[in-house]
Amino acid sequence: MSDKKKELKPNTYKFDTLSLHAGYQPHKNAGSRQVPIYQTTSYLFDDVDHAAALFNLERGGHIYSRISNPTVGVLEERVASLEGGTAALATSSGMSAIFLTVMTLCEAGDHLVVSSQLYGGTVNLFRLTLPKFGIKCTFVKPRDTEGFKKAIQKNTKGIFGELVGNPGNEIMNMPEIAKIAHDAGIPLMVDATYQTPYLCKPFEHGADIVIHSLTKWMAGHGSSMAGILVEGGKFDWMQNDKFPTMTKPYEGYHGLSFAEEFGPTAFTMKARAEGMRDFGPCLSPQNAWNVLQGIETLSVRMKKHCSNAEEMVKYLSNHESVAWVSHPSVPDHPDHELAKKLLPNGRGSMIAFGIKGGKDAGVAFINNVKLASHLANVGDTRTLVIHPASGTHSQMDEATLKFAGLSHDMIRLSVGIEDIDDIKNDFEIGFRAARKPRLVSNQ
Amino acid sequence: MKFKVNNNEVFASTGGRPFDKKKPLIIFVHGSGLTHMTWVLQTRYFAFHGYNALAVDLPGHGLSSGESLKSIEEMADWVNDVIDAVGHKEASLVGHSQGCLVTIECTSRYPEKIKSLSLMGGAGAIPMNPELLSLAENNDPKAVDLMMDWAHGPAGHFGGHPVPGLYHINTGTMLAKSRTIQNTLGVDFRACDNYKNGFDAAKKIKCPTLSILATDDKMCPVKEGKKLASLIDGSQIDIIDNCGHMMLLEEADRVLTVLKKFITTNYPPLSS
Repeated sequence: MSDKKKELKPNTYKFDTLSLHAGYQPHKNAGSRQVPIYQTTSYLFDDVDHAAALFNLERGGHIYSRISNPTVGVLEERVASLEGGTAALATSSGMSAIFLTVMTLCEAGDHLVVSSQLYGGTVNLFRLTLPKFGIKCTFVKPRDTEGFKKAIQKNTKGIFGELVGNPGNEIMNMPEIAKIAHDAGIPLMVDATYQTPYLCKPFEHGADIVIHSLTKWMAGHGSSMAGILVEGGKFDWMQNDKFPTMTKPYEGYHGLSFAEEFGPTAFTMKARAEGMRDFGPCLSPQNAWNVLQGIETLSVRMKKHCSNAEEMVKYLSNHESVAWVSHPSVPDHPDHELAKKLLPNGRGSMIAFGIKGGKDAGVAFINNVKLASHLANVGDTRTLVIHPASGTHSQMDEATLKFAGLSHDMIRLSVGIEDIDDIKNDFEIGFRAARKPRLVSNQ
Repeated sequence: MKFKVNNNEVFASTGGRPFDKKKPLIIFVHGSGLTHMTWVLQTRYFAFHGYNALAVDLPGHGLSSGESLKSIEEMADWVNDVIDAVGHKEASLVGHSQGCLVTIECTSRYPEKIKSLSLMGGAGAIPMNPELLSLAENNDPKAVDLMMDWAHGPAGHFGGHPVPGLYHINTGTMLAKSRTIQNTLGVDFRACDNYKNGFDAAKKIKCPTLSILATDDKMCPVKEGKKLASLIDGSQIDIIDNCGHMMLLEEADRVLTVLKKFITTNYPPLSS
C-alpha cells in the first residue's frame, strides 16, 4: 500500500455537470427535478419592509419578471458557471444583449472600437443606430490587431468583436486585443455565440464581458430566441474616471455606487437595475426553459457539430464545384494556429465556402438543396445554408459588403448533427443544380 | 467611505447610505482573503434601517491600502482603531470565519466598546490544512479554488444565489483573487493558524452574542461553533440546514433575518 500523500484537488463541478445542474436546487422548489417554469409577472412581498428591501437592492429576490424571474435566473447562473463568470443577465435576444451591454457601458459622446466582421444586424446597430444615441464607433478589421490600438480615442469606452467573425471566420487575437484594451483602461466585450463555452471560455483569454445569442448553439434546436451577457468580474471599473456611471453615486438607487458595492458583479447589477428597468428586453420564462433544455446536451451536441464540420471541410475542399473553403481547421486558414490556441475543443461548425459560378451558382445551390434549410439562423441541430450577399447582409451596399469581407460567391454553412452522408448527398444535389445554369449560359 | 487608520487609507462600504455619526455603528469583518463585498446582502439592510453599517476591507485587502496585518491580535486592535477613527465610542461587531476570531479577540480586549457580537461560521480556533496554507503562501491560485470548494456546502455548489444571475463560487473566487493571493489569503491563513487565544477570549465576553452555524460547514463545523458558544455567557445559536461556510451568500436571507432580530433587539437602531 502506497503511503504517498494524496494531492489536494478542488472538487467543484465540471463542465458537463454544471450544464445539467448549475443554478438550481430542487429542495428549494418543491423537490421538482426539472427547473419549474415560473409563468408569472410578479411576486408577493412578505410585508412593506420586504418590498422596500427588494426595491432597494438590500436583499436578493424577485419583484417583476421584466427585471428578473426564477426560471430565467437559473439560466443566468448556469451560463455564468459554464463561462467561468461571476454573473449573467439573460435577454430576449442576442441583439438586445449587445444593446444592453453598450447602453450599460456608454453614454452620449462616447466611442467604441469595433471589429468589422460581424453579423449584419450587429453592424447596423453599431454603424447606424448607436450614432443616434450619440455613441460613435470605429470599425477595424479583426486581424488588424494594431489597428484596434490606433483606433482608441480619449472617449473610447470599450472594444467589441465577435471571436470568430460572421460570416468569414476571421478570428480576433483575443489575448492581444484584451491587452490593448486593458492598457487603455477599457473592457473587451466579445460575442462568442459561435463558440459557446464548450469551445472557448473568453474570460481565460482576457475578455471582460461575453455575449451570446443563446438562440444558436446554446439552445441548439432552433426553437427559441434568447440572449445573455456574462461578466468576468476581473475588470476594475475604479482604475480611472472613464466609467462614472459605474463608480459615482447613482441617483436611481439612493446614491449607490455599483463598483464599490458589487465589485466583480457590478456591471450585471447595473445592467439589470437600470437597463432591464428602463429598456425591458426581458426573456420569457418559457424560452429560458427551452434554452436550459438545450444547454443540458451542449457538450454532446458540440462534439457532433464539430466532427461533422470537419468532415464537411474535407468534402468541400476536394469538391470540383467549390472555389475556396474557410474554416479555422483548414491548415491554410490565416488564423489556423490561433484557432488551435483559442478553440482547443473544436473549431466550430460554421463554414464559409465559395461556389464556382458566382452569385447565380450560389442561388441555384441554395434553391435546390433539400435537407439543408435555407434560413437566417445558425447553430440549429439541423444543417442550415444561406447566401449572405442576398440574405443576412443584403442591407449593405457594395462598399460595406467588401469591407465586411463578403463576396457574391460565398455560401454560409452551419453544419448540423444529421448523419454526415446525408448532408453530403444533399450538397451533391445542390452542386449539380449549381453547375447547370453555367452550362446553359456557356452554350 | 475612506478614512485613515495608522496613516493607511481604509475603505469601508456604508451600504449605500452616507455615514451619519448619530446612528449606532455596526462593523462587519470579512473572512480570509475576502473583502467588504461578501456582506452586500446584509449591510444594505442595516444601512437603510437606522444604522451606520461599515463593511471594512482589512488593510491590504479589497480597496484598503497598507500591508495585511499578520496576527489576529493586530486585526482586533485595528477594528478598535476603526471605531475611534470614525468618531464612535461603541459598536456592534459582526464577523465571518476569520472575522469571528478577530471580533472575539476585539470584544475581549475592548469589552466597554462592543455592545453585541454576531459570529458566522465561527470557531475558537481555525487551524489550517498545511498544504492549503503552503499553496496560499506560495501564491498558488489553487488555494483559492480549494477554499471555494470547501467553503460552499453541497447545495451551494449548485449555485442558487439569492440575487438573480449571480454565481456564488466564481464571485468568491474573483474576490479572493482581486489582490495578490500570498499577500492576502496567505497572510490571513497564517494568522488564523497561529491564533491560539480564541477560547480564552470567548470566556471574557459578556455582551450579547449570536453564533450562526451551518450543518454543511466543513471549515468551521457546527460542533466547533457550539464549543465556542458554550464558553460565552448567554450566547444564542442559530443553525442553518443544507448550508456551508459561506452562509452569508448561500443563505443570505436567513442570515439577514436572524441577524436583524438579534441586532435590533440588543443594539437598537436610531429611530427615524
